[in-house]
Amino acid sequence: MFAIYKRELRSYFVTPIGYIFCGMFLLVSGLLFYFTTLANQSTASLSEYFFYMILMFAILIPLLTMKLFAEDRRTKTEQLLLTAPVSLTGMVMGKYLAALTIYGCTFIANIFNFVLLYMYGTPNTGSIVANILGVFLIGAAFVAVGLFLSSLTQNQLIAAVSSIGAIVAMLLVSLVIDSIPFAWLQGILEWFSILDRYVPFMNQALSIPAVMYYFSLAAVFVFLTVRVYDKRRWS
Amino acid sequence: MIEINGLSKVFGTQRAVDDVSFRVEEGEIMGFLGPNGAGKSTTMNILTGYLSATSGTCRVNGIDILENPLEAKRNIGFLPEMPPLYTDMTVKEYLSFIYDLKGCTFPRNQHLREICDVVKIGDVYDRLIGNLSKGYRQRVGIAQALIGNPRVLIFDEPTVGLDPKQIIDIRNLIRMLGKEHTIILSTHILPEVQAVCDRIVVINKGKVVANEKTEDLVTAVDGSRKMVAKVVGPQDEVLKTLKGVAGIRSVDVLGKRDTDSISYLIESEDRVDARKPLFYTLASKGWPLVGLEGMELSLEDIFIRLVGEQRKGRNVKGGKN
Repeated sequence: MFAIYKRELRSYFVTPIGYIFCGMFLLVSGLLFYFTTLANQSTASLSEYFFYMILMFAILIPLLTMKLFAEDRRTKTEQLLLTAPVSLTGMVMGKYLAALTIYGCTFIANIFNFVLLYMYGTPNTGSIVANILGVFLIGAAFVAVGLFLSSLTQNQLIAAVSSIGAIVAMLLVSLVIDSIPFAWLQGILEWFSILDRYVPFMNQALSIPAVMYYFSLAAVFVFLTVRVYDKRRWS
Repeated sequence: MIEINGLSKVFGTQRAVDDVSFRVEEGEIMGFLGPNGAGKSTTMNILTGYLSATSGTCRVNGIDILENPLEAKRNIGFLPEMPPLYTDMTVKEYLSFIYDLKGCTFPRNQHLREICDVVKIGDVYDRLIGNLSKGYRQRVGIAQALIGNPRVLIFDEPTVGLDPKQIIDIRNLIRMLGKEHTIILSTHILPEVQAVCDRIVVINKGKVVANEKTEDLVTAVDGSRKMVAKVVGPQDEVLKTLKGVAGIRSVDVLGKRDTDSISYLIESEDRVDARKPLFYTLASKGWPLVGLEGMELSLEDIFIRLVGEQRKGRNVKGGKN
């Protein structure tokens, strides 16, 4: 697993993808931060910033995950990984953790933005920490979604576009809910909706069920990816 | 060393491999032969754990690939039809990655260096794989299979797309590796197995049609011997006389190959040596026999007979390559 993790991590920086992801992430996030907090005189809430961050993930995270399996499948190197003495779970986790590492490191670098806040006032540290954790976990779940969709195709573009579509759809659910006439369906969708789950974080509270939900979401998609490979052997 | 029992693989409605069984003993080089689409690659992919069989079992060194895949895979070095290379890595980085991937424990640099010496890729060690020629890529693919000193090596069409010199190099390499490893070599090039393999398994449409020692296969399929005789003398009379010699089944005129003699293709009856009667008959007529050359049935002939396919446009010549 560690060998795959290391190779995957390295490949992000021999191709431009790693640099593009980090650069775009920090640039867009910095601009968002500036316009939603520093340049915004009327309100001092960070909710808007975190909300935009989540939207940004919908575009950026598929960039990070599109090649994970699609590229190996196209170049047939997956044959090497699948015939090596490594378990399927080990192979999938190696790749997931590599993407998560790039995402996590950029995310941590991005936290520097908040340091600026302390120079201008006294922000609510508890709220910031809760939000950072929540947004990070949502991103981690999106990485798993992208990982899963990348395992279904050998075309990176298809992997990226379908990941963007899937993530956007997962976010749009919360807009659609209100116009659904059935209360029971509303209830189910609300339970699954990533953004509805996020509401407590915006109200400055750490929601344990939401944290568990994001964790589970990531775990489910990693598991599904393992199943994709397990099933492919048999078909 | 390798035991395959009743192996079948069904893709949708198509039976790619149908009840295939064979064994490969320790230290043997087995040629796995069949036309394109016969099920060679599928069988090898099952053996290496890339695919799972619909039914049947595969054991490598006594370990079942399904029951204990990681342990079984540790015993196998696999070169797939398309070498699985990361073109954005140098040879050194790539082999080092494989070393980690296989979880090897012996000294890294020494091991990699030894393998590079064996497959002769030392001079491209620091170059990007993407920039290497096809022959070198194939070698890097073989190097990859050798890492971790697996006891079994499986090569899927290792010489496809190489130039004649490279093909000879790779064959020599495989022959050398066969001294220390058990090897399965798949190919549809017949002289290749004749040149390299101890045993041949022929597969067609998913079924095993022959499983013999290389030299046995040649005689098993056809007991009769073919030879080419060069005789100086009037063609029609010589032909008539030759047909009358005991033990000769048929005679064909091949034509004038040099200034005075005429060549005849002679096929003798099964398991009969017709050379002596042939000589005495010609001598008694006063027609000098200036050349007599035995022609072994080539694998191509055997192959065509076994799989019952007529290949056109190929002039099959006898003898070994």
